[in-house]
Amino acid sequence: MNEREIHVTVNGDTRSWSVAPGELLLDVLRREAYWGVKRGCETGECGACAVLLDGQPVNSCLMFAAQADGRRLLTIEGVAHGDRLDPLQEAFLDHGAVQCGYCTPAMVLCTRALLERRADPTEDEVREALSGVLCRCTGYRKPVEAVLAAAKTRSAAAKPKSARRKGAAR
Amino acid sequence: MSQHRVVGRRVRKVDGTKLVTGRTAFTDDFEMPGMLIGKILGSPHAHARITRIDTRRAKALPGVHAVLTYQDVPRVPHTTAGQGWPEPSPYDTYLLDSKVRFVGDRVAAVAAESRAIAEEALRRIDVEYEVLPAVLDMEHAMDPGVAVIHDEPDSSHILDPSRNLVGEIHKELGSVEEGFRQADLILEREYRTPRQQHAMLEPHIAIAWLDADDRLVIRTSTQIPFHVRRQVAMILQIPVGRIRVVKPRIGGGFGGKQEQVIDDICAALALATRRPVKLEYTRHEEFFMARTRHPQILKLRMGVRKDGTIVAHHMQVLAATGAYGSHATTVQGNTGSKVLPLYRVPNLKFDCRIVYLNTPQAGAFRGYGCPQGFFAQESLVDEIAHELKMDPIEFRLRNAIRKGDVDELSAQLGEGRRGLPRVMRSCGLPQCLEQGAAAIGWKEKRGKGRRSAGRIRRGVGVACSMQGSGIAGVDFAGAFFKLNEDGSFNLQVGATDLGTGSDTVLAQIAAETLGVSLDKIIIYSSDTDFTPFDVGAYASSTTIISGGAVKKAAEKTRDQVCCFAAKLLETSPEELTCRDDRVFAPDGKSVSMSEVALFALYKEKTQLMEGASHFNTDSPPPFCATFAEVEVDTETGQVSVPHLVTAVDLGVAINPMQAEGQAEGAVAQGLGYALAEELVLDDAGRVVNANFCDYKIFTAKDMPRLTTILVETEEPLGPYGAKSIAEVPINGVAPAVANAVFDATGIRFRTLPIRPDAVLKALREQRAAT
Repeated sequence: MNEREIHVTVNGDTRSWSVAPGELLLDVLRREAYWGVKRGCETGECGACAVLLDGQPVNSCLMFAAQADGRRLLTIEGVAHGDRLDPLQEAFLDHGAVQCGYCTPAMVLCTRALLERRADPTEDEVREALSGVLCRCTGYRKPVEAVLAAAKTRSAAAKPKSARRKGAAR
Repeated sequence: MSQHRVVGRRVRKVDGTKLVTGRTAFTDDFEMPGMLIGKILGSPHAHARITRIDTRRAKALPGVHAVLTYQDVPRVPHTTAGQGWPEPSPYDTYLLDSKVRFVGDRVAAVAAESRAIAEEALRRIDVEYEVLPAVLDMEHAMDPGVAVIHDEPDSSHILDPSRNLVGEIHKELGSVEEGFRQADLILEREYRTPRQQHAMLEPHIAIAWLDADDRLVIRTSTQIPFHVRRQVAMILQIPVGRIRVVKPRIGGGFGGKQEQVIDDICAALALATRRPVKLEYTRHEEFFMARTRHPQILKLRMGVRKDGTIVAHHMQVLAATGAYGSHATTVQGNTGSKVLPLYRVPNLKFDCRIVYLNTPQAGAFRGYGCPQGFFAQESLVDEIAHELKMDPIEFRLRNAIRKGDVDELSAQLGEGRRGLPRVMRSCGLPQCLEQGAAAIGWKEKRGKGRRSAGRIRRGVGVACSMQGSGIAGVDFAGAFFKLNEDGSFNLQVGATDLGTGSDTVLAQIAAETLGVSLDKIIIYSSDTDFTPFDVGAYASSTTIISGGAVKKAAEKTRDQVCCFAAKLLETSPEELTCRDDRVFAPDGKSVSMSEVALFALYKEKTQLMEGASHFNTDSPPPFCATFAEVEVDTETGQVSVPHLVTAVDLGVAINPMQAEGQAEGAVAQGLGYALAEELVLDDAGRVVNANFCDYKIFTAKDMPRLTTILVETEEPLGPYGAKSIAEVPINGVAPAVANAVFDATGIRFRTLPIRPDAVLKALREQRAAT
């Protein structure tokens, strides 16, 4: 079967990949060494393979790689800023939200998408955002706490700038 | 606040950064040149003999490197149970066999250049079966004339293969007959528990290859690397010394990986092809080709006096182990030994039979026989308290085991052999009950549901439970330290962190004992070539047993450090103390660990290193009180849980944050067990719900508000007073929920899971009766 070339932006970098028809995005991402994308069920049920496609969580096991052509992907490898962890990642560590870590990349990505959309989410909204990711270790309490704490850190980090702007105006 | 500097602190997981950043950590995050993909052909029949098997069409497929059937491999009876040698499980399993005993049982295995080729090769294996009658009902597995599942002559340690009887246990303390004569009230009830599946997010996976020296390396997702090494050596008939088992990060286990599930066949394919082979279960396969919790039917008979004193308790258990008997007698032994002693009953009797069925294989699963037993016992105790018009908490406290008590039943029901009596050196159960009751609002909420007429009935329920901390006299672990120039210590342990956080807890114990900061401990765990032996991560043993080894080894290392530091400080070693990465003399003079290391290495020409082993002759139980608040929708039959409280006596919490996480994860699995999770088989023995849509595990939206209360006690046998936490909080969830449903509706549910259809039916019957 004929392979075709696709062009995707992954974690800000442009990539050109040759993919076979029917190849899943999950398989191509792992082949391209994005190991943080996890294989948990391959049927769209567990959410461990979630990535952000143009900012929206998708199960990469339910997409053909070719469908990502021309789109923007974020995987867990692109969440930290160099050596500096994202506040969400820091919060997952500080709140004990990571146990085995197999679903952690998907949890971080899905809640990051939420925080991009809702700076100050309610607990129900956090649970909704996490509901597509199955976790067998944590009982979800600590991940939920971590996301709520990260939301506070992020908005606190955002505020001084607006305060500075206000100060300048005065 | 703890007087310690590192122990007792809510520190971050030492291996957390790589997990939140998605760096390569797990078995599958690893490519080898020329790696082949292994696949197993599972049986379509629950019980059959292979009369002809022809692999020629499969072998002819380009890209196929090996096809193995029973004709190609050694026939060595063994058990896959991850237990110490000699395993107390029957040797009834074969790498590949001419008989298949459940749907999904191994028929053949292939290694090919891609998954697609491997799957096509499976389709090209031509098999003819003589289909045998399938034995699927545990209540009829021993009937005369029923098909014999293990009729092979070479299996051993099966009690009576001709009756499909794996084993039986009969123990009595005192005389229950006499006890029942003294009773004012006797209740007898039957309880049924389902096949629950571990459903860890990372399926079973192994990669095996021959290294340049022709040694077999197995990188595998396991809780038991050292048992895997020993068992694979036996199964493949190669020396232990020719095998290296490496455990990378593990994506959850819960007992499902306390089992050698695929390592042997993956290794056999690597030996056959001389290429690296990766074998991974799909999620679908995981549901029926891995392991389950043992389903049980429990009959309990309990006698009490009017004043609420339990005088006799007789527990009869029938359990199904599925096609193979791994963990069969030990899990069921635990149902008696870890459950019955919770109450001080002078006359106890435990009768248990475990049978084979042509169903998926049961094995170890968090709680290890206790969730079944406590569901039954805590439901019955609740019912008796109700009959006596006593508060269920008061009734439990009146009868519960106390500090200073000796549990003789544990000695009678040891791990497949006579065990050791348990002495209660610490017991925080009364505090667990008191604090848990306050947190759930027991007094305000209890007994309101049955009087309400609305659609939603509310209720609260309680259950108590206990567990162990390692297997007394059996579990043991080693730990080893060496000091580096910068004052950091390599800590090598055989202990197996499967997501539990044990690497962190062990590093905390090490740092505390050595007087250094946590970042000075470089922990490396579970590599049979490079770390000392450890039985593995099971039986809630790691903190107390492996932690005990780490503490001992750290103390020896600290003594060594002091010997060298004494020369630098010109004093005697006994005078010195280690703290803040330094060694202090009484006069306040000090040297850094780094200075000690440089002195030892380059002046004294000595590698400062020490190791130690540790085991306990007792298994201190952690205790737990679980409180559930439920809402029962009388129109849909749905039971929901708005609030669940776990109050747990775990000894001293080495890392309270991680300990809470263990409790909360156990609760999530316990709620699934109570309300949703069951592998359903059709009348041909096939699992019909082998996926996450039809096998429901709780999501973030389904979970209740959780309150976790750590009730700390000081356990003399544990490192820094620690006992254990990982298993005990699962035990009380189902009975607490069932008791809360009774409080809400007046209906007792004695079969798990409590699903809406059963609730609706019972509510209708209740309405019809009144």
